[in-house]
Amino acid sequence: MNETRRSLSAPAGCEPCAAQHGECDRCGAPLRDRFPALRRTIGGRPLVYLDSAATTQRPAAVIAAEARFHREHNANVHRGMHTLAAEATDLYEGCRKRVARFLGVRRPEQVVITSGTTAALNLAARGLAPSLRPGDEILLTVMEHHANLVPWQMVAREHGLVLRHLPLTGDGELDLARLPDLLTGRTRVVALTHVSNVLGTVNPVAEIAAAAHRVGALVVVDAAQSVGHFPLTFGELGADLLAFSAHKCYGPFGLGFLVGSEEALTRLEPAWGGGEMIETVTLESATWTEIPWRFEAGTPNVAAAAAFPAALDLLDEVTLEQVRTHEVAVTGYALEKLAALGLTLYGPCDPERRGGLVAFHDPAVHPHDMAQLLDARGVAVRAGHHCAQPLHRLLGVPATTRASFAVHTTHDEIDALVDAIGYARGVFGG
Amino acid sequence: MEMDALYREVILDHHRHPHGGEPLPDPETEAAGKNPSCGDEVTLQLRWDGDRIADVAVLTEGCAISRASGSILADLVRSRTREQARRLAEAFRRVMHEPDGELPDDLEPGDLEVLTGVRQFPARVKCALLPWITLLEALLAAEQDRAPAAVSTEETTDGEADRG
Repeated sequence: MNETRRSLSAPAGCEPCAAQHGECDRCGAPLRDRFPALRRTIGGRPLVYLDSAATTQRPAAVIAAEARFHREHNANVHRGMHTLAAEATDLYEGCRKRVARFLGVRRPEQVVITSGTTAALNLAARGLAPSLRPGDEILLTVMEHHANLVPWQMVAREHGLVLRHLPLTGDGELDLARLPDLLTGRTRVVALTHVSNVLGTVNPVAEIAAAAHRVGALVVVDAAQSVGHFPLTFGELGADLLAFSAHKCYGPFGLGFLVGSEEALTRLEPAWGGGEMIETVTLESATWTEIPWRFEAGTPNVAAAAAFPAALDLLDEVTLEQVRTHEVAVTGYALEKLAALGLTLYGPCDPERRGGLVAFHDPAVHPHDMAQLLDARGVAVRAGHHCAQPLHRLLGVPATTRASFAVHTTHDEIDALVDAIGYARGVFGG
Repeated sequence: MEMDALYREVILDHHRHPHGGEPLPDPETEAAGKNPSCGDEVTLQLRWDGDRIADVAVLTEGCAISRASGSILADLVRSRTREQARRLAEAFRRVMHEPDGELPDDLEPGDLEVLTGVRQFPARVKCALLPWITLLEALLAAEQDRAPAAVSTEETTDGEADRG
């Protein structure tokens, strides 16, 4: 599959937006002020944070909302009879409503609150598995993050399910020509990422979901890299279940969501038992409470839930259309500049077909050394397999270096990345 | 020490011209180690003269730090006894985790002393340790007259998780 690895000699053009020099009056520079961490310096140089695909920085409003919860409302949710408990419950359920509104979901009860994308995907896999029979097939793709591979491997082993994987084209896109072979009457679940965390590829989820629904399969989407970066609604993706994390779209750690259609959520068995998720418990058995609370055993991260709406407010203020326009511009600029360095780049050439990230490789400088030396210049990137070992095996490298962008990324920061790569190569004598 | 000074002073020389970088024609002990967090792999080969290391090769697929560490290892343990090599490897592992750890002066650690500078970059400690924990397993296996087990930086030879 070495054809997925190639250099971009003719960079895809992109009209750099007005943020050319960090002065984007629509979506770049003004928002930078909202992110306190961006004011940091690293070894005397301004922090250039290009690791938003791992976690986005937090706006001051989110930090303040989380602190306010701890100062004023801290209490456990549900069942509490006192004022603080009622406030905490309102904030927690308010987050559910806000997420439903953000994604255009009809009823807040279609939003299950989890600890993150990984927990949401495990809930999907574990919850669906009891309704599957040995020999039933689950169709994944070779570009999945481990979070959307390993849970399915675990339930496949336990329930005798068969895993299939949609391969890639030379451009690092899903090979849809293989879909008719792989998506059959035996397929019960199709689980795929919306945006690859390594290739950046934006997958045609709606198209694949329509095909999956024609054979009666249920569609689970890992939207960790797309929510907060693309204008999207749950309905237009056509997914039955959609997982994402708050911390990858400007919210706090320890909070994620599994959004589902009522039919899909009704099919799910709870993955965890405990408090909050029951109706009646005897010493021998229990009955489940309503959806979505039956999937939320134990004390959730209430403080994170109380704070997350502030992140979504910010995104709505800027508008996701502007966010996307800005990230496409920055990504296009990065592709152009990195290709000019002769680096191997992965994924589609066209920034319109990518999320806001670029993985690259320089045969002369191992990704770990690259990331280390970039950090010495204040540039924060990620090096490694990015929790996608099977994909890296296909790319023919054990690791890559990844720069990933957000609403606050400026063209100046891409220039700083390019300079820092030059410095790293210099250290290695290149 | 600044990172680039560390690279320029010791790492890059060994990285470009690793000592013990050629496979031994007839290794008597061969151990494989990997760092699952990045996919780096090392194969360590030994030949023995009694309980003394007659020759050593460290074949690394990895970053400059793991390659340099393997090269320094080859320099330092050649013609050392099993016990001396073990003492050096364990001291290095300790130093990388504990601020007051020291390398044994009598074994002339030289470049290894400089490499301990990597410990100020916790994410890279595993890179530096990879060849050394592989050596520890090779030494133990030779002593017990068995084939070395696969070594991972996520689990050291004494079964204790090594999180760098």
